[in-house]
Amino acid sequence: MSRLINDTLVVAERNLIRLPRSPDLLLAVTVQPVMFVLLFVYVFGGAINTPGYDDYKDFLLPGIVVQNIAFGGFLTALGLAEDMNKGLVDRFRSLPMARPAVLAGRTAADIVTNLFSIIVLLTTGLIIGFSFDASVVEILGGVLLLLVFGYAFSWVFALIGLLVSSPEAANSVGFIAVFPLTFISSAFVPVESMPSALQTVAEVNPFTVTVDAMRALWVGAPAGDAVWGAFAWSSVIFAVAAPLAVARYRRAASR
Amino acid sequence: MATPITASDPGHRESRAASSEPAISVSGLVKSFGDVRALDGIDFEVTPGTVLGLLGPNGAGKTTAVRVLTTLLRADAGSVRVAGLDAVRDATELRSQIGLAGQYAAVDENLTGHENLTMVGRLYGMRRREAKARGRELLGEFDLLEAADRPASTYSGGMRRRLDLAAALVAKPAVLFLDEPTTGLDPRSRLDLWATVEALVAVGTTVLLTTQYLDEADRLADRIAVIDRGRVIAAGSPDELKARVGGERLEVTLADGGASEAAIAALAQMSDEPPVAAGATIRLTVRRRGGALMDAVKRLGEAGLEVEDLELRRPTLDDVFLTLTGHAVEEVEKEQDA
Ligand SMILES: Nc1ncnc2c1ncn2[C@@H]1O[C@H](COP(=O)(O)OP(=O)(O)OP(=O)(O)O)[C@@H](O)[C@H]1O
Ligand SMILES: [Mg+2]
Repeated sequence: MSRLINDTLVVAERNLIRLPRSPDLLLAVTVQPVMFVLLFVYVFGGAINTPGYDDYKDFLLPGIVVQNIAFGGFLTALGLAEDMNKGLVDRFRSLPMARPAVLAGRTAADIVTNLFSIIVLLTTGLIIGFSFDASVVEILGGVLLLLVFGYAFSWVFALIGLLVSSPEAANSVGFIAVFPLTFISSAFVPVESMPSALQTVAEVNPFTVTVDAMRALWVGAPAGDAVWGAFAWSSVIFAVAAPLAVARYRRAASR
Repeated sequence: MATPITASDPGHRESRAASSEPAISVSGLVKSFGDVRALDGIDFEVTPGTVLGLLGPNGAGKTTAVRVLTTLLRADAGSVRVAGLDAVRDATELRSQIGLAGQYAAVDENLTGHENLTMVGRLYGMRRREAKARGRELLGEFDLLEAADRPASTYSGGMRRRLDLAAALVAKPAVLFLDEPTTGLDPRSRLDLWATVEALVAVGTTVLLTTQYLDEADRLADRIAVIDRGRVIAAGSPDELKARVGGERLEVTLADGGASEAAIAALAQMSDEPPVAAGATIRLTVRRRGGALMDAVKRLGEAGLEVEDLELRRPTLDDVFLTLTGHAVEEVEKEQDA
């Protein structure tokens, strides 16, 4: 067990060291989220009607943070696809390390970059006029939920990265699989404003539950079961994706 | 890189296995990929502290054998023991005893050379400081100190291979696997690598290396196993193998292709077997290397034959195959494609 923790930390550290050295990835976790916030607030903000919110910013920020954190796992999909391609997985597998550490370390690194993204997004939000309607405990609870949700999605992306043959494919498959889900949710517009078929999808979409939970925690929206529901969804996503990714890793790596 | 490997003393590790036990023993190994039988019943043993050369052409099954031996692949049938450990049951323990440099360098291009080696050391279970120190030491031995703190993406192909080899040596493994270690190296780096392998063997490391070059196997290996289409078709010491393959090849290109009969007659006494003609080129295996060129020139001159080119060369993998299988490497591949 201590071996697993040690090896996971070594792999996580390695993945974090690499990040600042890939300018494109660095842009993806810093400038891109900020750009999204600004575009949505200033381009769509005036056109989207959000009953119950004085300001679209207060509606948007919890949604856009959730969307960004879901995509935080992209680094895992790209990283694993690259490691498979470049033979690094062979190097790891020839070492007496704990097997799951390659995946556990890769996804653990995402927790750090996701925390960084949350800070960047919140800072941007606060600068342009977002305001919390929450206690410190609720704010921190929201951050915790984001990290848990992001971690679960890292495993979804791990599975994607292992299923495809190249980093480029990981990029497009990941995008096509996750991007629509983030939009057919309560993240950017009220669900009630969608056509009824989409409303059905949006209501069962884990993004909607998670975004609603974030609004309950950060801007005082009525909570209902959203907060517990969101943690439950994250656990389910993790419980399904992680074993599949581990099984896929075992098979893919021994080709 | 030519500096001897310091402080490497894996010898003591072998004491954990009974000293009479082979460092590597493989029996009845079979591995198929779909219809392709990459390994078709391989057997061999390697005595501790010696070098086995796996010699074979493209697609012979060399890499597959190395991957099975290093636990990256599981065989369909047969058994593998390395350092006294079973490749399936004791896989993790086995991995702590081996080092692997695969056919293609497996380094993280976004990490520096030193970070790469430190990471590998820590994954072998070393503490951070120990792993860092060992990394520095190896960078020195492999002539990479100047590039130690540069990302590996800035390394040349040869530097990457050296870094990859250094990574294989981080834990001073008792058994080292090198898959075509000199392919893609310039002549100087090749000689350096040979010296490194010899230094490792001198301190007791067991080495299995694959190669397509007979001269490399000849220089480094205590024993050679020639593999072809997943089978060992010949095995023995380099001398035994060369005795079977024969000595130096003499190749004569005549100015006049029509004179080959006369040339064969003139040269016949230099070889135990009749020379072979292909157009204007005559080939024979000479009995003695010393003086062979002079002798040939004299004989051809006396027969009044004009020579365009004359070459004495050591037997190559092609010659080994031609002798052992009766067909050349190229033909094997053509048959496989058919
Ligand atoms: N993952 C794989 N899937 C399908 N076929 C494979 C796979 N790996 C190897 N093979 C096949 O098995 C045979 C042996 O391949 P292997 O890589 O072991 O040869 P090799 O001796 O290392 O050749 P080379 O000198 O080109 O490296 C080849 O016919 C190859 O096409
Ligand atoms: Mg090979």
